[in-house]
Amino acid sequence: MLHIKCPHCGMRSQNEFSYGGDASIKRPELGKEISDQDWDNFVYNRKSLRGKHWELWQHISGCRQWIKVERDTSTHEIFNTLKANEDIS
Amino acid sequence: MTQSFRLENVGLINRDKKLSFKFNGKTYYGFEGDTLASALIANGVHLVGRSFKYHRPRGFFGAGVDEPYAIVQLYRNGETEPNIKATEQELFEGLEATSVNCWPNVNFDIGAINNFLKIFLPAGFYYKTFMWPKSFWFKVYEPFIRKAAGLGVASIKHDKERYEHKYEYCDLLITGSGPSGLASAYAAAKNGARVILAEDKSRFGGTLLTSEVNIGNKSGKEWAEGIIAELREMPNVTVKNRSQVFGYYDHNMLVMSERISDHLPKTKKFHPKQRLWYIRAKEVLISSGSIERPIVFGNNDTPGVMLSSAAKEYLKVYGVLVGKNPLIFTNNDSGYETAIEFKKNGVDPVILDTRKDPRSEIVDEAKNLGINIKFSYVVVAAHGYKKVKSADIAKISDDKEKLGVVENIRCDCICVSGFWTPTIHLASQSGNKTKFNEDIDAFVPGISKQNETTLGAANGSYTLNETLKSSFKTGHELSKKITNKDNEISFPNVIEKKSTSHDKFWCVPLPQGKNYKRFLDFQNDVAVSDIEIALKEGYRSIEHVKRYTTLGMATDQGKTSNLNGLQLVSKIENKVVPNVGHTTFRPPYTPVSIGAIVGREVGKYSKPTRKSPMHSWHEKNNAVFVDAGVWLRPRYYKQGNENLFEASKREAKNVRTNVGVCDVTTLGKIDIKGPDAAKLLNRVYTNAWLKLPIGKARYGVMLREDGIVMDDGTTTRISENHYHMTTTTAQAANILSHLEYYLQLVWPELNVNVVSTTEQWAGAAIAGPRSRDLLQKLFPNSDVSNEGLPFMGYMEGDLFGVSARIFRISFSGELAYEVNVESDNGNFMWEKIIEAGQEFKIQPYGTEALSTLRIEMGHVAGSELDGRTIPYDNSLEGLLSKKKDFIGKRSLIRKAFTAEDRQKVVGVVPLDKKTSIPEGSHLVKDSNAPLPNPKLGYISASCWSVEHDNPFSLAILKDGKNMIGEKLFVMSPLKNKVIPVEIVSSHYVDPKGERVRS
Ligand SMILES: [Zn+2]
Repeated sequence: MLHIKCPHCGMRSQNEFSYGGDASIKRPELGKEISDQDWDNFVYNRKSLRGKHWELWQHISGCRQWIKVERDTSTHEIFNTLKANEDIS
Repeated sequence: MTQSFRLENVGLINRDKKLSFKFNGKTYYGFEGDTLASALIANGVHLVGRSFKYHRPRGFFGAGVDEPYAIVQLYRNGETEPNIKATEQELFEGLEATSVNCWPNVNFDIGAINNFLKIFLPAGFYYKTFMWPKSFWFKVYEPFIRKAAGLGVASIKHDKERYEHKYEYCDLLITGSGPSGLASAYAAAKNGARVILAEDKSRFGGTLLTSEVNIGNKSGKEWAEGIIAELREMPNVTVKNRSQVFGYYDHNMLVMSERISDHLPKTKKFHPKQRLWYIRAKEVLISSGSIERPIVFGNNDTPGVMLSSAAKEYLKVYGVLVGKNPLIFTNNDSGYETAIEFKKNGVDPVILDTRKDPRSEIVDEAKNLGINIKFSYVVVAAHGYKKVKSADIAKISDDKEKLGVVENIRCDCICVSGFWTPTIHLASQSGNKTKFNEDIDAFVPGISKQNETTLGAANGSYTLNETLKSSFKTGHELSKKITNKDNEISFPNVIEKKSTSHDKFWCVPLPQGKNYKRFLDFQNDVAVSDIEIALKEGYRSIEHVKRYTTLGMATDQGKTSNLNGLQLVSKIENKVVPNVGHTTFRPPYTPVSIGAIVGREVGKYSKPTRKSPMHSWHEKNNAVFVDAGVWLRPRYYKQGNENLFEASKREAKNVRTNVGVCDVTTLGKIDIKGPDAAKLLNRVYTNAWLKLPIGKARYGVMLREDGIVMDDGTTTRISENHYHMTTTTAQAANILSHLEYYLQLVWPELNVNVVSTTEQWAGAAIAGPRSRDLLQKLFPNSDVSNEGLPFMGYMEGDLFGVSARIFRISFSGELAYEVNVESDNGNFMWEKIIEAGQEFKIQPYGTEALSTLRIEMGHVAGSELDGRTIPYDNSLEGLLSKKKDFIGKRSLIRKAFTAEDRQKVVGVVPLDKKTSIPEGSHLVKDSNAPLPNPKLGYISASCWSVEHDNPFSLAILKDGKNMIGEKLFVMSPLKNKVIPVEIVSSHYVDPKGERVRS
């Protein structure tokens, strides 16, 4: 079980969180024209990275905040966690 | 029976407390502090089971967790448990155990015929033999294997014992209470660290209990007792015996199984049987010691052949002799320690040492005691069937290839020491890449990946002085890092006998003309010849060799067999051991009972049960409940001898003719507040929300970004910046997360807050032509006329002193309302509705009638909104705004979603107006078409239409738009049904929707 540092609550066990996928994906702006390819990339296409990966988790049984977590997908090492409004460096 | 192998005045058992127990039906006696194994050996019992494949007689090999043989079926307090190691099971009064793997009994075992047919049972035997002829499998092979093989028998009764889970945090977790565990725990604890010290056995001290050493002028045992006593008194230390740390997981999380009651005849009241600890440790010190390795020789599985360290432990801890005429076979000094213990207790051992001329303090002591030592000697083969009677021994050449003349000597046990294998399982599980240490012929931990340090024998350090020194130091340094304290303790003076290096010898060659079985894996009966065959047949990877031969795959996980297997593979392959590599160590280190893993989350406790505030009323009124997610909802209210079908028909009919009331508390409710609330709704729903007036509700549909319908529900504008959203019961939690996702990550500029209020409101739906009359009676001071409270209107009212929210919304297609009050008043509201409704012939209705009502009016719900359909499929395209963007809109113009013959919801009626249509059936054009018959659609929901009094179903049908009036077939191969049907509009009742507005 991973040990994740919620930027709001501190170190908590993984079973308090739910996973939310790639944190680098940006939703296209509402009302803007967008090509099929770009839309598909937003909705469907994800890289299954081995190594460092910024991803979203929600502290669902805690403060309910969505957070950004930098995790190594092969070793599970967690390097950094950010609040929803903090940008990935 | 007398305990004829029990010594006087030796051991740590409590001789004042004699215990009786039964093994295979026979009564024996032992003492408090015995294990089942030590008590049996004390009584001269060495035959305890049969091996897995050849059913050869099995005795005891070890004295603890590494035991491959002595597995028994245990009976305790009316319960039975399989596969218990006799070497681990502590004796209690009245214990009963039986052998496993024997049929009909341990002394005469039919399966032993395999032993004489062993030519047919080489590696891969099961893969090869039972492939042919195929017809033999079910009739001949399988029943035979089932009867002859297998370990113990699991109980099929409900387990009445309680198992608990516990979560714990600590600075240092120390696994094992031998010298390294005690020293590091003591140093860290004295330096203020929060320490958990776990010991698998009942006694603390590990090898200190059996070795002749002196620490600070005390014996090893006394020193260990002193340290433990001091640790127990410290508030920052938790000391646990009978506790095995069996798994090392991510982020320094370890799991430990504590056996609280297994050593007692009966679990004490309010006590659990076992407890599983989830421990998150800042640092882990692995002090799990090492396990002695066997030396491989002919018939080395005969009962009476055992590890020399086990023989010493039985003697020193339990006061039990494993034999009175012992042969010690060793390649290192450890065997001498066992021999010396025998000698001191009046038994004359013979030592066979594979080394030519070892010189050390221990060897000298053995010589001085007059022990018969034969150097450059090996055991060629053991003889005796149910216990060792003699051994063939021979001199071995310096290159260890050639045997001298074989002679036979009498002995009743052979104590083997092939040096020591560090227990690196936990380190390896933590991700540590282990490395091979040439000096000790074994793997040791390499570079740590997590915060883990391995100490003492587990790290390949076999001298006490060195072990204690490094363990004190590590305990101190790691604790200093955490506590910032620097209380150092003085290092005690250590006296131990010096030993010399071991002989890298592990397998005795076969003498000319002999073909003895030489076993590597004692539980799975894997012999040297099996590995040879596997390699001859082309298996190379050690992982493949393991699976093909089953080496190391038994319940002991190869604790005594893996390294010798590796030695053999590397010898045949002409590789060095590190290049062969070892198989993966996986948790658990020892078997863990399923009960402990499951804990208390059994049966109805496996998930929480949510009940509405009106639950007790439902119970009192004969409700039959159904699980709706974690909620319990009334499915129907049984009257007399009614069944589900009759009751739900009556309830639905009453809604259509009079008035019904349904508990809708379970619907998800989300309170939405803030100046930008309307903007949020406008983006998450497909229809327009910016102009919803205060006091009005609106139906809305939410999509996922991929255009699939996610949920539907109504949202009501309570005041200027305050909305009340409802979701389906099933999606309540997901929708809240969905809204939070967009508010926190995508549109943080929106000034809106959302919070779940599902549990704060109790809800009752009042539906039917008489519902307005009832409502007026409930709220005499409110204007609930069609003008005062029109369809999709909202008002607040006073329900006999309780404030209520009244929504005019309908799920049933009838004139209907939903009344919400604070949860605490839910039952009050419900009773008032039932009371006031009597004159209007009110009846409560459950989820089954609710479904019937929504299906026949064509209102889509969960079975259509199943995560595979878009708004068009559900005839919800009228709710898609063309003027604004919303979540998922862009996906809807994808080609597949706009195809001319896209699937759509339709109604289905059987031509005979009688036959019920099973849900999940397929719609086809031609019921006799060759398979696979092209599928046009599927039945999503079925009911008995109370309006038309015939079966009616909803279906998702290809080109549904143009299929109305077509005749098709419903096919259900599962129920073996073919039903001719007609496709009709999904709105089977009140297609214009007049009733809800009346
Ligand atoms: Zn949090």
